[in-house]
Amino acid sequence: MAFDYDKYIRPGKLPHIWCPGCGHGIVMKGLIRAMDSLNMKKEETAIVSGIGCASRLPGYMDCCTLHTAHGRAAAFATGVKMAKPEMNVILVGGDGDGTAIGGNHFIHACRRNIDMTYIIMNNYIYGMTGGQFSPCTPTGAKASTTPYGNPDPGFDIAKLAIGAGATFVARGTAYHATQIDKLIAEAIQHKGFSVVEILDDCPTTYGRRNKYRSVVEMMNRLKEVAVPVKAAEKMTAEQLEGKVLTGVLHKVEQPEYCEQYAKVLQRAQAAK
Amino acid sequence: MEKKLPTIEIIEKYCKGCHICVEFCPTKVLEMQGFVVAVKNLEACIKCMQCELRCPDFAIKVTP
Ligand SMILES: Cc1ncc(C[n+]2csc(CCOP(=O)(O)OP(=O)(O)O)c2C)c(N)n1
Ligand code: SF4
Ligand code: SF4
Ligand code: SF4
Ligand SMILES: [Mg+2]
Repeated sequence: MAFDYDKYIRPGKLPHIWCPGCGHGIVMKGLIRAMDSLNMKKEETAIVSGIGCASRLPGYMDCCTLHTAHGRAAAFATGVKMAKPEMNVILVGGDGDGTAIGGNHFIHACRRNIDMTYIIMNNYIYGMTGGQFSPCTPTGAKASTTPYGNPDPGFDIAKLAIGAGATFVARGTAYHATQIDKLIAEAIQHKGFSVVEILDDCPTTYGRRNKYRSVVEMMNRLKEVAVPVKAAEKMTAEQLEGKVLTGVLHKVEQPEYCEQYAKVLQRAQAAK
Repeated sequence: MEKKLPTIEIIEKYCKGCHICVEFCPTKVLEMQGFVVAVKNLEACIKCMQCELRCPDFAIKVTP
């Protein structure tokens, strides 16, 4: 049988609002397959987002969902997890939401190692508001606010997450659809704060300004730049120039925040 | 023995005509017909599921 996505989608919500060829839909499908593979229950799963095209994702999911304020998904999600540690909490959003206005929430969620999974759809731009540059826009790329080319270097989201203390960090692309569910499923199973960056495409506001003539060209670029971590081990620095590593990039065990906090409560109660 | 052909269902009201499925089908089973996709050569389908996996719009379903 064809895969039944409908079982995790709110009835009557499709077609979604994303533009033709926008990778956010591919990521949502990967998330659904991951949830299905882990047999996750809708009523035990919270999906939390900020604002942006990517952040529209929870609206389609037939789960417990929160569409919050721009950049604040991590703060709301932390509240959910602290109140109900038994819930699966998944954050979703874009590069702008997560690394610009939400950058501070992002790094501290990583540092705190709270057991949640953050899926960040990096299309290198503020899609929703018409294509302003984001902290992930590459040097030289054009955005509505950098019509002569972006002078800044872009963030490497995965490295940022590792540096800030996330205990599981993976990267995939919208082109490599079969890998997305596996990375997300592994991230969800990891105990601690897990980050999955998906390199994505925004044909509407990024593609057309940066000389991609079609969605297919943008997909081909994702195909070309991605190098699986295992393959990269055998490559020289020269061969890796301009490439982006994909797969599980970082995985360590560290004390998880909800458990640590429960111990604080116990100590406080014992001290009374 | 005759091989069993897959069923490819296209949900036209969801398809946004992005060309992803057409372009990345390894055996060129699909084609654009106006703004939506259509099956051109079902016999060539190798049931790899790549079109279904990559469609951003939940618009194509392959039953092997
Ligand atoms: C406080 C606040 N500031 C600014 C905005 C305008 N705004 C809406 S979405 C967005 C950027 C979204 O970019 P990203 O998170 O990368 O998502 P994409 O649309 O690219 O998927 C901005 C700046 C807002 N909604 N709220
Ligand atoms: S503007 Fe860009 S990010 Fe937003 S739905 Fe369209 S293609 Fe996707
Ligand atoms: S299943 Fe594979 S071979 Fe068949 S139509 Fe889809 S992409 Fe082409
Ligand atoms: S990938 Fe989906 S939306 Fe795009 S043309 Fe094919 S069926 Fe239509
Ligand atoms: Mg973006």
